[in-house]
Formats: sequence, structure tokens, C-alpha cells
Amino acid sequence: MSTETHVDIEQLRRRQPRFQGLESGHRACLGCGEALAARLVLESAGPNVMIANATGCLEVFSTAWPESAWRVPWVHSLFENAAAVAAGMEAALKHQGQSAKVLAFAGDGGTFDIGFQAVSGMLERGHNVLFVCFDNEAYMNTGIQRSGSTPHAAVTTTSPAGRERMGKRHLKKDIVSIIAAHHVPYAATATVAYPSDLRKKVRRAIDVDGPSFLHVHSPCPLGWGHDSEKSIAVSRLAVETGLFPIIELERGELTGAMPIRHPKPVTEYLKLQNRFRHLFADDPRAREELEHLQALADYNIEVYGLLGDGPDPLDTSGIDKVYRGGAKWA
Amino acid sequence: MVEALEGSQALARAVVLCRPGVVAAYPITPQTHIVENISKLVADGVAKLELVSVESEFSAASVAMGAAAAGSRAYTASASQGILLMAEVLFNIAGLRIPLVMHCANRAIGAPLNIWNDQSDSMAVRDAGWIQIYCADNQEAIDSTVQAYRIAERTELPVMVCVDGFTLTHTLEPLEMPSQEQVDGYLPSYRYARSLNVRHPISQGTLVGPDVFPEARHSHHQALLNSIAEIESANADWAAVSGRDGGGLLTVEGDPDAEIGILAIGSTIGTLAEAMDEYPDRPRVRLIKLRVYRPFPINALREACRGLRKLAVIERAFSAGMGGIVGTEVRASVPGVEVYNYAIGLGGRDIPLGIYPRILDAMETGDTGFRILDVDLSKLPEEDR
Repeated sequence: MSTETHVDIEQLRRRQPRFQGLESGHRACLGCGEALAARLVLESAGPNVMIANATGCLEVFSTAWPESAWRVPWVHSLFENAAAVAAGMEAALKHQGQSAKVLAFAGDGGTFDIGFQAVSGMLERGHNVLFVCFDNEAYMNTGIQRSGSTPHAAVTTTSPAGRERMGKRHLKKDIVSIIAAHHVPYAATATVAYPSDLRKKVRRAIDVDGPSFLHVHSPCPLGWGHDSEKSIAVSRLAVETGLFPIIELERGELTGAMPIRHPKPVTEYLKLQNRFRHLFADDPRAREELEHLQALADYNIEVYGLLGDGPDPLDTSGIDKVYRGGAKWA
Repeated sequence: MVEALEGSQALARAVVLCRPGVVAAYPITPQTHIVENISKLVADGVAKLELVSVESEFSAASVAMGAAAAGSRAYTASASQGILLMAEVLFNIAGLRIPLVMHCANRAIGAPLNIWNDQSDSMAVRDAGWIQIYCADNQEAIDSTVQAYRIAERTELPVMVCVDGFTLTHTLEPLEMPSQEQVDGYLPSYRYARSLNVRHPISQGTLVGPDVFPEARHSHHQALLNSIAEIESANADWAAVSGRDGGGLLTVEGDPDAEIGILAIGSTIGTLAEAMDEYPDRPRVRLIKLRVYRPFPINALREACRGLRKLAVIERAFSAGMGGIVGTEVRASVPGVEVYNYAIGLGGRDIPLGIYPRILDAMETGDTGFRILDVDLSKLPEEDR
């Protein structure tokens, strides 16, 4: 029996309302934000892509041999080299005169931390690669350890709360600003809570002839300690509180931000997740950390002009509209 | 046509003759001249390839891996610390059965920091699952480079062509470059059965559990053992094309009937061969040049050692706390032979012709324990000797 899968892409397109690059039947947890985000990215990317995937949940739950949930060419090499493998693939396709777009998929560990050098090098060299970071804010595949992306005060197994500690002591790395500082043609943030915004950004990034970057907020029910059916609600609240601003940057300049007309207090977001449960104890340190997190959200709202001031009625409650031009950066 | 070329320059030209689609370049002494020369050939329009100047050796190996997986012949080169930095990728490339070729410009590993030649780098990754070819001279290095691509692509195994840093890479000598026609006739265009292709999507590098992992490892081991025939035929066919035979798995020089032998790998061989002439009052030995170290050519080695009473294994690396690396494996392979094992030339210490009588004298002692033969204990405090 041949294990080779032949896909008639045209026929597949006719059969399915949307292209399914990541099929159902994989082993992701119920409510996995990363699985949803990857599916949404590929729906928009279509079949003419190849993926270099970093080690992590996405790789593990989608390809337990001899099964694979991928309907596009996919290669997993290592944890820290997805961007470099993608760069090599892109160079090869360029040499062959092929048109397929190369995507690199990695989690926050493979982007913010161990894979960061390769990401930076790939961007600097201007490879025609879309790098997608599925950010679930900790090392989830190994069992919830803190990463450079874990938010301040969040509890992980290596940043536990205790008598001497209130969870992670450090700030979440501002990765999108670092990426933008490479002056890449296009970088954007998105979340699974706003799928059509995400889809649009994928198309935009794919059309760029050069490096592009998508930072996708991807809730992890297991790691964050929220109900599986609340993944979308949690991700939406991350945006509505200002903790995860939805922005676009072109050549390092802010060109779009999704406004929040009526910002919600960060506690609305935090209280749904066990990783922040210790912040609701009757403890002055907990109150201080809550204030700290609110200040971080307020900072984002101000820096990116998230309150908006134009006549456009569409905002985070109107959903799915990218508002062009942050107040401060306009 | 014979030209006076620096080793690295010749290797760069040999690589370009193989028409790679992608070259990943990162500098490290003493490899740097190779990628510099390739870069110049690209800049001059001689080489039509995608040159990717990466930000680390880790990415150099990863870029080459991605390129080969996506259907292009690929190349990179490194040495020493760079080999160690890319070690994780080297294992991964071999496990994925990606047909890649790289040069290792052999150099010591720090600390202490040392940029000169020994073979601690490639020896440290001998278990990575790559074919390893050690070159005795630059002509052999050129010819081995061309052969390496054919071997890699026929066996779906990566090949590391090892050349002694400085001793070979920085030495100017008369060399015969193959013609483009010769290489094109010998090496078909790149074909990799599992290339990534949007028309026939496959998933590579999947998660494999205990139910099939040992089988995957077995098939890799078997592929390396089976590559012996491919390595021999690659050499024989290239000899027919070029008129030069660098030796397949190993070659025997000196006195083939001698009962005393010396086995060495890499450029040390040339020194020992010349030393035999330099010291005519000392007995000529059977000189075994081990060209292929992985797969370990056990049958050819036994054949070459037939009738030997004593064999000294000379190497430019060792396993601290144990002893010789090649020597230990040779000793396990030729049970009837008394094996002596010495490291020499570590960190670029000069290997003079006088090393030959020293080896013979050391073998006279009957002490088969490993030692660094050219160590000068007077430079060490008493307690470290």
C-alpha cells in the first residue's frame, strides 16, 4: 500500500467551501487556540504553500506517525530553526523558479526565546516567508513552563505563586515591536477571536514579496486554566482590555490598530483564568499586581491609540474591522 | 588542467561544479575561505545559486536542510565550534535522510580556544548518522566533494567531507580541477524522492513513538552499512571519469606485506608516507589510509590488516577519560592484531617527519595504552603529568 497522498487541489477546492490545510482528526485539546488559529491561517493561505513547523504542540498533535492532519507540504525539523528551514525552502523555490509561499509556524517558545535568532536572521535577509507565531504564552507542550511571552504575574510550573512570588516576575516580551524594528514589509497581531481580521491579515502577509510576521494570540485552556468553550471569549477579552492590542505595522511604522471603544478592566480577562487566580486573593501584593497589569493595558491603549477618535463605528464590539491609523502614531 | 590553487579555493570551485541550488554560508576559521570563494563566484556570475549568508552555523545547517527538502541541491561548510553549534541539526538532517553535502575544515574545539587543526570537531559528531570521508590531500578533497553528492543523493544520507584545517584548506598546491563536462556527466541533476511539492503534499519529520522508533533507527543504520557499496562505486566511476583514484574506503600504502602497520586518517598520511622515505634505516610499515570513517569499513579494514602483528592507530582527536576514538574502534575490529593508539598534532601542533621513528619506538615498548605521543610533560606542573 502506498503511503503517498495525491491531492487534486482543484477538486479539493470544489469540494470544500474553504480550503482545509489542517484537517480535523488531529489530537489537539478541546478548545485549543493554536489548532484553531493554524486552521484559520491555512484557510486563507490556500494550497499553494509549504510549511516549516517548529517543535511544539502543533507539530505533536498534528503528526503522530503514521497519521498527519496536513494537506499541504509540511516539514518539522527542530524547535529553534523553523525560520531558517523556511529560509532554505524559500531559497530553493526561488532557485527553481517556483511560486509557492513558504510559511514558518512556531509557538512563542520557538519565536520569542529559542528560535529568536533564526527569526531575526530570516527577517534581516528578506526571505519571502510568512512567519506565524501561535502565542499561547508558555511552553505548553512540555507542561506549562514560563517563556519570554508569559505575561507578568501569570502562574506557570516554573513561575509558580508562593509566599515569596506572585507568578512570573518579568514582563511579556514586546515581540511585535522587535520584529517591526527589522523594518519588514508587514507585521501584524491577530487573535482567534476575530477570524475575519486574521484571514485578511494572512492574505495581506501572503501577498507581500518579502518577510512578513503574524503574531496570533492563541488561548490554551489547559495552560491558562479556563473552560474549553471560553477560548474565544478569553481571547476577545485580551483585546478588549488592551492587554493584547491588534495592530499592523508596515516597514516598522504603525499603520493600523483595532480600536476599543469601551475598554474593559483587565480583571474581566484575568478572572476567567486559573493562571491569574492568585491575583484575586485578599493580599496587598495581589492588588498591586492587578494594578500593574491594568497599567500595562492602559499603556497599550495610549501608545497604540486604541480608544480611537474617528467616526468609524466599528471597533472590537463591532468586530473584524482593522481601524487604520493609531492616534499616537498617525 | 593543473592549476596552483589554495585548498579552500579549489573546494569552492568543486562545490560550484556540482551545481548546488542553495549554499548557506557562515564564517569560521579555517573554513571561511571556502564560503568566501563561493561568494565571489556568485558575485562574478560564475555560480548561479542562491547564496544565503546566515546568522549562525545552526541556521547554516538548517537553511541547507530546508533547501534540500524543498528540492534543491544544497551545501554548507563549517568547523570546530560551528560543527558543535549545528550538531543538533546534523543529527536531524541524517534522521530525516536528507541528501546534503558539507565540508568540515577540521579544527580543534575550545577551551582552551584554539583555531588550528585537529579532528575533535568531526569526531564529536561521528554518531550523527552522516557518512564521513576524511581527505589526505586537496586533490582527494576535490574529487571526494564531487563523489559526495552522488553518494548522498543515491543513498539519501548526508555526507561530511573532512579536510584538515590550514594543512589542507590554506595550502597552495598544484591541483587538477575537473571540467564541468566531467562533473555533469558523472553527477545527474538533483533528485530527492521526498521533496516537498504542493502538488503532492507530504509530512516530514513527524512524531514517532516507541512502536516504530527502533525500526526507524535500524533502517538508518542499515542504510549507512549499505552505503559502502555506493561509496566504492562512486570512487571507481569517478576514477574512470577523472583518471584519479583517491581510494574507496581505505587504501594500503608503504610495504603491503609488513607485519607492522600504521593507520591514520586525513592529511597525516602524507607526512607518514614521506617519512618512510626520509628514514631508510627504519623498517617500512604497512600504511593504512582510512578514508571512510562512517560507515566504519570493518571488512575492508580486516582485509587490510591481514597478516599484521602490530598496528599503531594515529589520530588527531581523543575521548578524554577514555583514549583514542578511531583506535578504540579499530582495536575492536581486528582482534588478532596488537593495537597501539596515539593522538598527535592536537590543536595544530606540527607533525614533523620525525614522528615516524617516534611511533615505531613507542610501539617497541609493548605498552598499548593510549597516549598523546607528542605531549611535552615538562610544560605541565608535576601533579598534571
